[in-house]
Order: sequence, then structure tokens, then C-alpha cells
Amino acid sequence: MAQVSMTVNGKVRKRNVDPRVLLVHFLREELRLTGTHIGCDTSQCGACTVLIDGRSAKSCTIFAVQADGSAITTIEGLAPDGQLHPLQEGFWEEHGLQCGYCTPGMIMAAVTLLQDNPKPSEREIREGISGNFCRCTGYQHIVNAIQYAANKR
Amino acid sequence: MRSSRGLKAVGRNVLRKDGVEKVSGAARYIDDLSFPNLLHARTIRSTIPSGHVVDIQYHGDTTGFTIVDHRDVPGRNIVALIDDDQPCLAERTIRHFAEPIVLLAHENRERLNAVDVQIAYREATPNFDPAASKTSFKTIAIEKGSLDEGFAAADVVVEGEYRAGHQEQLYIEPNGAIAVPAGGGITLYGSMQCPYYVHRALKVLLGLPDHKVRVIQTETGGGFGGKEEYPSMIAGHAALLALKAGRPVKLVYDRVEDMVATTKRHPAVIHHRTGVTRDGRLTAIDIDALFDGGAYATLSAVVLSRGLIHASGPYRCDHVRIRGRAVMTNTPPNGAFRGFGAPQTQLAAEIHMDRIAGQLGLDPVRVREINALRPGDTTATGQRLGDCSALQVLRAAVERSAFKRRRRALAGTNRGIGLALFFHGSGFTGGGEVALASKASLALTGRGARIFVASTEIGQGTRTMHAQIVADTLGVPYDCVEVNAADTGEVPNSGPTVASRTCMVVGRILQRCAEEMRERLGTLTPGEYLRTHGPLVITKQYEKSSAIAWDDHSYRGDAYGSYGWACDVVEVEVDPDTWQVKPTAFTTVHEIGKAIHPMLASGQIEGGSAQGIGYALFEEVVMRDGRMANCQLTNYIVPTTLDTPAIDVVMLENPYKHGPFGAKGVGEMPIDGPAPAIINALRHMGIDLREIPATPEKIMAASAERTGSGITKSRSARRYTKPSSKTLHALREKP
Repeated sequence: MAQVSMTVNGKVRKRNVDPRVLLVHFLREELRLTGTHIGCDTSQCGACTVLIDGRSAKSCTIFAVQADGSAITTIEGLAPDGQLHPLQEGFWEEHGLQCGYCTPGMIMAAVTLLQDNPKPSEREIREGISGNFCRCTGYQHIVNAIQYAANKR
Repeated sequence: MRSSRGLKAVGRNVLRKDGVEKVSGAARYIDDLSFPNLLHARTIRSTIPSGHVVDIQYHGDTTGFTIVDHRDVPGRNIVALIDDDQPCLAERTIRHFAEPIVLLAHENRERLNAVDVQIAYREATPNFDPAASKTSFKTIAIEKGSLDEGFAAADVVVEGEYRAGHQEQLYIEPNGAIAVPAGGGITLYGSMQCPYYVHRALKVLLGLPDHKVRVIQTETGGGFGGKEEYPSMIAGHAALLALKAGRPVKLVYDRVEDMVATTKRHPAVIHHRTGVTRDGRLTAIDIDALFDGGAYATLSAVVLSRGLIHASGPYRCDHVRIRGRAVMTNTPPNGAFRGFGAPQTQLAAEIHMDRIAGQLGLDPVRVREINALRPGDTTATGQRLGDCSALQVLRAAVERSAFKRRRRALAGTNRGIGLALFFHGSGFTGGGEVALASKASLALTGRGARIFVASTEIGQGTRTMHAQIVADTLGVPYDCVEVNAADTGEVPNSGPTVASRTCMVVGRILQRCAEEMRERLGTLTPGEYLRTHGPLVITKQYEKSSAIAWDDHSYRGDAYGSYGWACDVVEVEVDPDTWQVKPTAFTTVHEIGKAIHPMLASGQIEGGSAQGIGYALFEEVVMRDGRMANCQLTNYIVPTTLDTPAIDVVMLENPYKHGPFGAKGVGEMPIDGPAPAIINALRHMGIDLREIPATPEKIMAASAERTGSGITKSRSARRYTKPSSKTLHALREKP
């Protein structure tokens, strides 16, 4: 067991974990933050995307111990004051979601995309979220949702 | 009354009911739930495709384990569906790889996975070839007119064989269930489309009466048919363990298990022989289809049925014979997937139609214009069509995409443009809706009403769309209509959430509930009514329109209450070095009666189109000795944002009088068209492909055949050169 300490959604969390526990399992099972989903186990689908020190990353690609000392933001931490984040609002308004399973990861990937490029073109949006799979929407409304958020900022 | 009031919710893009939970991470999917004393479960599956179990040995520490095999089944050891041929746990006979044999449960997942279960088999010779199968699950023949007469009237006969592979539904949330023992019975939570299918399967498996089984759908991360029948299996496994252990049991698949073990779209081989006059009129259509059902019957009979009814496409012809079989092979059972047989058969029909056009020297639009079904025409089953928008969608798509101009402009380049015209029946086939006799209930609340249906929200917008229909019919704001969870303890059996029936069929029953509620309210507000008269719950059952007649023995009559009509136009670009195909433009025109929620409806069309692009180009299930070899997202390739062009959706409305506010089904139709449109775009470039997925390997081979060189071409020849008309002609003549 190894002790890890990280700031998750603004709160310091300390736990003893098995060194082989993935960050996604730590978030879901130790901290019960179940908004971060698991879709593939092989780091393709992006349903588990969170922010690690402000950058989006697939939380199944790193161990919890590697995130020791980091600041993690999950979908639950995106709207701390209860007011929806512009991206959350965009996904709801523009119907950028259907089953909702890829949605948290898709939104977290889009956070970094808009940080790096506040006014992305459609092409840039498509490239920015190409590591996240959605099987429901055909992506068009997701692109619209991100454009909505970009226009709101 | 409705029309005079004007519509406040229907036809508008209201916010979806499940939006906040889904964007904030609060929505609870099956793996997000936990219960006190929860056990985790594991399924031990066969590692051979055919044979018998001889011995089972457990290696490792199994103290504290709950172990279940077929001897623990208190009721009938079947997954109750249509044919009851599939065991919930294999007894002795193994018919496919990954067939469940033993179940293990333990509270500690590390310990659960540490146990090694060794099964000894006596192997039998498997059959993976549908054409060599000796077992048919279903044989169907549709006959209209006389083929002899039809072929006698033909100037030209065009023949061809077309193939479609498996396709994995690939909902992003894998399958899973939690069974909780309760008062001698079971409460089952799970990711599913059809709570009452699971309810019935559990009653049969466990030998329990109705009231001892309760099934609650949890938030479901996509279905696409993949959560129609298989959840009954998973639920059965979790329930058997939970009853034996006396504790809640969670059984959630990882991606590999989900892909290796659960159902997929049926592979099919479809043969067409068509008589046509020199000026392009179809005189005879003779179709033979073979569907690979896999190891057990599951829904193969009805998949075949829908496939065959759609097999001649949206075309008029007086002399038609459509025959088909769904057969057994030693591969995991195939089952429901959006489109349900129609994508395979319309793939064949639409590639064939372009080949007919090519042989006659007609352009693809003209040959379809000549033959498209018109109002008053009859379909292959003899159904006389009142409304029919085949020509309208065709013309709208051709115009919108500038098809004819683009076709000329792209000629001789490494790009091509193709189209597909298609249709899709809404609701259960034939007498299916009468047999289902679905119910829906509406309860008056202080603010409006609460909907009680078993129809599930799986992303398509069931809750939102039903609430819109009720709101406008009852005359209350959309926000005042609530939707109950799909919980068999609380909702009536509205039938399964499949077959593009949730809006048209269940939505219409709800509308009738709301109409009666509105009458009962009179001038009172909901609050006033409740204070004066007490609770009000209205339940209605499906009522067949008297105009619908179907004979299941002769396969004649009105196969569906109504049809949607659509046309896709796709432009593709082929990389001359890698042979990869990239769709670069996508136009689709859909006539769906009435879009209750235009953005949700276009979301269905865009999502179905993207799945169709995957079906056409990338999604190859590699079966090796009866086992899916590429059972991960690393090598089963689904479309990403970069593989999917912007999809230009046009929705035409032609209200269906028996649908709520004129709505027909929309969910399935969009997946019927993209694959043939893409293959036809390749044909425009001179590539004669009759099989999907159109992987680079297949395109390279088809192109090598065309040039006759075996090697494609020099790397310096970046620009694709169009073959001579002579080689093209030779190519077309190949059977």
C-alpha cells in the first residue's frame, strides 16, 4: 500500500492505495465520484477523462500513485457553485448528449480544448475531441455544444 | 381542440428531461450503484466453439465463494424469448465460444479473479459456414405475382451477390446488472432496453410469480438493440447468484467480455436476380437471403422477417419473390441491432440498383425515379401504400447535395459520390403490435401529469418526447409533466423499447390517455380536480387501426402501420496509397411523419448515420475459430469525430394519422442508408465492391482486379485514373 494525497475538486484527499490502482478506480471506488465513467479498459474511449493539474487526461492511463500531489477535477467539480459550466450548459442546450455515458469525459476534454483555443473552428473542435468516442450522436451536436460554450465566454 | 390551442412543446427543441444529471455526473449507471454486503460476480465461459463439458475443476481458494451452475436453476434453464433454445447456463452441450457455464461471486474482486476454473471438454467439429448449416431457425418466403411472367417481360437480367459482416453495437456503457434478494424474490437493477423482457425471463428461470420479480432500469449508456435480449441473460446470472448467496450481486462486463460474449448484427449473404426493361423498369425481383444466426435462435426469426420485408427496397414491382433463411452456426448468437435485418437487405438492394443503372446506361437517380414506390402502389407483401415519400426524399436529397453536378465534377478523380434510397417500417412487424397489446398510464398530479411507461430512456429521448406529447395533448406546460422510472413494480407493460415504436406506438397510447384526462378535467385545473375528485390514473392499451390487416402464414398484408422514407448522398475520398476511404460530405433527407423534437430527431439521424459509416468502412468483427479476435476498442474501429463528416440533415414531414401528432418512427432508419451510399460512391470511381465493411484491403483487391495487375499502381501515380469503359464493362458483367 502507498499513501497518496491529491486535491480532488478542491478538497484534499488522502488514502492508502495499492500501487496498481488506476486513477479512475481510485476516483470511482475510493472517493465514490461516479461521474467519471469506464467504457473500454484500453484507453481508447475517453469516458474516463478528467483534468489533472488543469489538463485533460484519460484517468485509466495513470495509476493513482502517479497523481500523488496533483490537483484533479472531475465532472462533479466543474460546477462547484451549482451554476452549470458553459460547456455543461452547451451540451444540454445543444443536445450534445444522448445516453450521457461519454458526456462527462467529452466535457472534460473540451475544457482543455477551449483553454488552449478559446475560439476553435469546427475542424479544431473535431481534432480536439477525437480521442473521445460517442456512439449516439454522430458528433454533430457535440461540436455545436462546444461552439455554444466558446461563444458564451 | 389540439390544433386550436397551438403546440407549445411538440415540434420545439425543449430541454431534455435527463440533461442536468447527465452533464453534471449525477446520473447513476449500473456500475455506479452499490448495496450493503454486495458481492461481485464473474462468468466462466466456454473456450471451445462446439462440444461437451466433461469435467470442471476449481483451482485456488474458493472458501466464501458462491458458485452457481445449471443445477442451481430453480425454474427452467432457458433465456425465455422466442424459441427457448438457449440455456442460461450450459449443461453439457457447448454450441459457441464464450457460452456461460459457471458463475462465481465473492465480495473481494481480487480473490474472485484469482480462482482458476478449468473445464475439460470433448470437442466436436464446429460449423462456422452459414451455407453449410443444417439447422434453420426460420425460413420465410414472400411472393407477389409471377416470376416467370416478370422475367418474360424483361430485356435484361442483372444478378449479383452481396455480403455484410457482423457489427457490434458498441454502446459506450458495457452491459451490467445488480440482483438484490427481496422477500423470497428478486429486485433486478440493470442497463437495458426492455424491463418486461427481463421480468419474464427471470420469472421463467427462477420459477417465481409476477409479484416476486421486480425489474428497474438504471440510466442506460446506449443500447442500439444490444440491450434488447442479452440483459435477460445477465440478469438471470446475477439473480441466480443473489438467491443462492442471499446477498446483492453485481455483474458488470468489461469491454472484452461484452464484445466476445454478447450479440451482434447478423452477417448476411444476399443474392439478387432482377428482370428489367431496357428503359429501366423493374419487371421481376428474385431475392435469396441467408442470415447467420449464430448458435441460438435469439431474435433471428424476426430479424430475418424485417430484413426480407425490406429486401426489395422502396421500389414498385409486380413480380417479386423474396426467400430467406436464418441458420445456426457455432458462433456467439447474433441478435438485435438498430435496423434489425433491414440494413443488410437494403445494402444489397441499393448496390444492386446502381449495378442495374450501370448496365442500362442510366444514371442512379433516373433508375430510382422510374421505380420508386408511389402512393397507391403495393409493396412486396401486397401492402397498398396510402402515403409514400420515396420520390420526395430522393429528389430533395439529389437537389440538396447537387448530386448530378458533383457526380460530373468528381468523375476521374480519387473521389466519388453515391446515393441510397431506403425505407423503414415503424413498430413491430405484422401482427406484432396486436400481440404485444402494450399499455401506458398517466396519473394526474397537482401540476400536471406523471407518465408511467416501460419504454426506456437509452439516450434517444424517450422521456422528453413522451412528455412533449402529453403536455400538448393535456394542455399543460412541458415542465409540469414528469416521467416515472421504468420500474416493473410501478409501470405497465408498454412493450419493448425497440423497432422504432416508442414514439409512434407508445406515444400514441399516451396521447389517448392524455386526451381522456383532458376530457375528465373539463374546466378544472389538475390541482382543483385532485382536491374535488381525488386521484386520477388513466390506462390505455394499444388499439389496432381497422385498416391494418396481416396474415402471418402467407406473409401477405400490411407489414407495418407506416413507413419512414429516406435518401442519403455521400461523397468519399480514397487515399491512393493506403486505400482508406474518408467520407467528406453527407446529406440525408428523412421523412418521419412529424418530428416531435426536431433536435432529438436529427440527433437520431446523425447518430444512426455515423454508425452506418462505421458499418460501411471500419467495423470489422474478425472471427477466428468462432471467437471474436478483435474484441477491444484498440482493433474494433468505430468512427471518431475525424471519421465523421458534418451531416446535413433535412427532415420532411408527412403526418401519419395514427401516430401522435403525425409522428412515425425514426430511430432505426438512418442506419439503412449510409453503407450502400458509400459503396455506390466507390462504384462511381470504378471500384466494384459488393461487400462491407469496405476495408482498405478489400478496396485494394477490388482495384487490383480492375487493373488486372495484382499490384495497384506506382506510388507516383497519386491521382486516381478512371478505368476504361471496356474494363468497367467486364467488371460489371462479373456475377
